[in-house]
Amino acid sequence: MRATSIIYKRELGRYLRSPIGWIIAAAALLVEGILFQSQALSGEQLSAIVLERYFYYASGIPTFCGVLLAFRLLAEERQNHSMVLLKTSPIRDTEIILGKFFAALTFMTIIFVLSIYMPLLVKVNGKITFAQIFVGYFGMFLLGSATLAIGIFASSLTRHQIVAALLGAVFVLIMCMLFPLAKRLDSPVRDVLEQVDLWWIHFQNGFMRGILNLKDVIYYLAVTYFFLLLAVKTLEAKRWQ
Amino acid sequence: MIRATKLSKFYGGKRALGPVSFEIADGETVGFLGLNGAGKTTALRILASDLRPSSGSIEVGGVDAVADPHAVRKRIGFLPENPPLYTEMPVSDYIRFAGELRGMTSAELKKRLGEVLDIADLNDVANDPIDTLSHGFRQRVGLAQAIIHNPQFLILDEPTRGLDPVQIVEMRNLIHDLKQNHTVLISSHILTEISQTCDRLLVLDKGKLVGSGSETELSKHEGDIGQITVTVRAPSGDDPKSAITKVLAAIANVTKVGEPYEQGGGFTFSLSTSKDVRADVSRAIVEAKLDLLKLDYARSELENTFIRLVGGADASN
Repeated sequence: MRATSIIYKRELGRYLRSPIGWIIAAAALLVEGILFQSQALSGEQLSAIVLERYFYYASGIPTFCGVLLAFRLLAEERQNHSMVLLKTSPIRDTEIILGKFFAALTFMTIIFVLSIYMPLLVKVNGKITFAQIFVGYFGMFLLGSATLAIGIFASSLTRHQIVAALLGAVFVLIMCMLFPLAKRLDSPVRDVLEQVDLWWIHFQNGFMRGILNLKDVIYYLAVTYFFLLLAVKTLEAKRWQ
Repeated sequence: MIRATKLSKFYGGKRALGPVSFEIADGETVGFLGLNGAGKTTALRILASDLRPSSGSIEVGGVDAVADPHAVRKRIGFLPENPPLYTEMPVSDYIRFAGELRGMTSAELKKRLGEVLDIADLNDVANDPIDTLSHGFRQRVGLAQAIIHNPQFLILDEPTRGLDPVQIVEMRNLIHDLKQNHTVLISSHILTEISQTCDRLLVLDKGKLVGSGSETELSKHEGDIGQITVTVRAPSGDDPKSAITKVLAAIANVTKVGEPYEQGGGFTFSLSTSKDVRADVSRAIVEAKLDLLKLDYARSELENTFIRLVGGADASN
């Protein structure tokens, strides 16, 4: 895991030094702030409902930023030919993927931290607990790790960054539309698709309402593992092509 | 030692390389010569454990490169055709990063980084971001990342590609210095580049190995003929031209004596020979009491050998 740490440090440094990372962060926080002010705080309502609404809109950060932060991670390396350095070094493909994944996840967590003033305002002026805030952010963290993994998998498929971004967005969109789609179908396909959905069942019905379910945690960890594994296998396969 | 046995690589259904077999001894400098698309880059990428072969085996320093690629990668430095650079990084940070990836400790890196900056002559730009450097300097940075871990084997794919004449000479000198401490493999389609740098050549054509050996051996292998140009003066006699021609034609291994022309008070002859017979020529001239004014031996042009090896008209076109 030494190589993971080396790649992690370089990638995180890249996010922190490059304007692109901060532009994504600023745009996400701006949109989130506007939605918080205009939607979550509109009208008189219970502070718990305000917090729910906040997490409803804030979950857009991991959903969209996951793809935006991940699409270049491998595609750019191939486009710039720098992937050869990683592939001819004595490190495993798993270490490459994990280093990049954790760096992106760390930067996404920084964006979460910068947004925390909004639920704290609700806490100061209402009656919610820190546990509710923690559970909501924990859910966003898990959702973010899943979308990042999907984005990295998309990035492993092509050397073209735009194509990787589009593929990642399409994958995430499909995963988020499975629940509405499932409602039109019959059991058992409906039951399966509902449980595979990325947002409605596991985030909206759980973390967003301050409810911590083990099955939701396991679901997001499983999605993250599955797509990271696909990315590793794609890298391995490209050595044979 | 590097030993490749029946190495093949297919891209989809298309054969890019092989089957080829060759050995490279420790300390050798070997050139992979071939036209564009001959399979040079594929061969080098397999040797660098970047690609896996479709079939065949490859041993690097006694280690099976397919079964244990990590052990092989530790012993290899690879400069691909397009240097693998992170252009936003300063030069020294990038080289340090490459060393860390190769498993070097901080202490090892601290000691080695200065040496590598000296070898690649990068001290003046050590703190500059790579994207501010010229192509020649970027190529040097690429070479620096390949040697930071002091690998036993150094693989350079078209190292002078895109460089200007001054940079080519500098890169050639740099490679010459590296030959002292590394087994070096170089690919190029520039014949003079290869012939000046390498001890031995592997000539590839359409993925197949069509020639192997030193430049001289390749020429001999082709039954090639060396050229001796000799200028001789006959002090006396009615027909000096015929007398000299007779003497030269009688020398063993001289296959043809060309029509002479007058030059500098003597006659200049062009001799076709099956080997280097300069000593025999000079001895025969002196023994015949003729004056030897000039003697020059030209091996057959590598270019001609290359063109013959890879199929004549295709190559010359």
